[in-house]
Amino acid sequence: MLKPKKKQDSVELYFMEARAKLIDIAAFMDRVERDGLTEDFRYQALIDALKELDTEERAKNVLLALSDPTEEPIEAATTKAACGAWPEKPR
Amino acid sequence: MRYIEPHAHMVSRTTDDYLTMVTAGCKAVCEPAFWAGYDRSSVNGFYDYFCQLTEYEPNRAAKFKLPHYSWLCINPKEAEDLVLAREVIAMIPDFLGRKNVLGIGEIGLNKNSRNEYIILEEHVNLAAENNQLILVHTPHLEDKLKGTRLIVDLIKNDSRIDPSRVLIDHIEEHTVKYVIDAGMWGGLTLYPESKCTSPRAIDILEDFGADRLWMNSACDWGVSVPLAVPYAAQEMRRRGYDDDTIDQVFFRNPVKFLRQCENFKVIA
Repeated sequence: MLKPKKKQDSVELYFMEARAKLIDIAAFMDRVERDGLTEDFRYQALIDALKELDTEERAKNVLLALSDPTEEPIEAATTKAACGAWPEKPR
Repeated sequence: MRYIEPHAHMVSRTTDDYLTMVTAGCKAVCEPAFWAGYDRSSVNGFYDYFCQLTEYEPNRAAKFKLPHYSWLCINPKEAEDLVLAREVIAMIPDFLGRKNVLGIGEIGLNKNSRNEYIILEEHVNLAAENNQLILVHTPHLEDKLKGTRLIVDLIKNDSRIDPSRVLIDHIEEHTVKYVIDAGMWGGLTLYPESKCTSPRAIDILEDFGADRLWMNSACDWGVSVPLAVPYAAQEMRRRGYDDDTIDQVFFRNPVKFLRQCENFKVIA
């Protein structure tokens, strides 16, 4: 564990930043809905991951919700890029 | 402040970045071999790249009195072609004697494919046979969890490898425990979007301690910030950390890991 000798108020430090990011997420959801793209698996994965905000270890659980949970290597890489959500996640 | 940049792809940065980093307190920069943004067409492309990492780039950094070190490998994004990958691995021992080489890296996985895994295994074998430090790239985004588990398990199962000589990079909240519990070091990469922000990286330090963690910018040709490490130090100051703790995280920790290679000459 690591702690500062003089601990700062984390709400004071980070509230405005978190508030701005929350509004950005809300605006993103409005935008996607307006554009009729809510069926995109990445959007669905994001909506699903939002449920993790009601858990403990929220950051870890959001990352887990967006991850490929399988354990075996895939047959071959068909792309180099990752997209941020596991495309095969059951809906 | 003084700091080490343990992971930066300076071949894709401007000379101005060297000046800026030195001005901010950088005392050494370490450059793992990586993907150029396109696939090289032959082993000769890697020969030229390894010469760049061990000759040209150290000279460019030296103009700013900045020690430059490198890690060598073929990155996992080019590991799908087993023939090419093996040609590159066979060439690496010719470069291991060069005075700025720290070890084998950044090896690892990208899409967690069978061929990437085979080449990772062969890189680990190369490191074991030549008693080299290992620096590991873990996959991006949705592939990171699975890839980190595969990588850590593979290395743990090789009894020739001392885990304290392995650094698993690009860890996040869902992978840090797996790495630390395995006795390895972890790298927190400070990216604006796809990896860790400074506040999250500091949260991880607060949860897991600073003993075997470092921070890096991994700046390259993509969206990245060459001063991300000193910016994170500033974030620690904002949270109330003193200069000694900041020096431990940003200077003494990386020096402790890197000094396991006798080529690394910076002293804490």
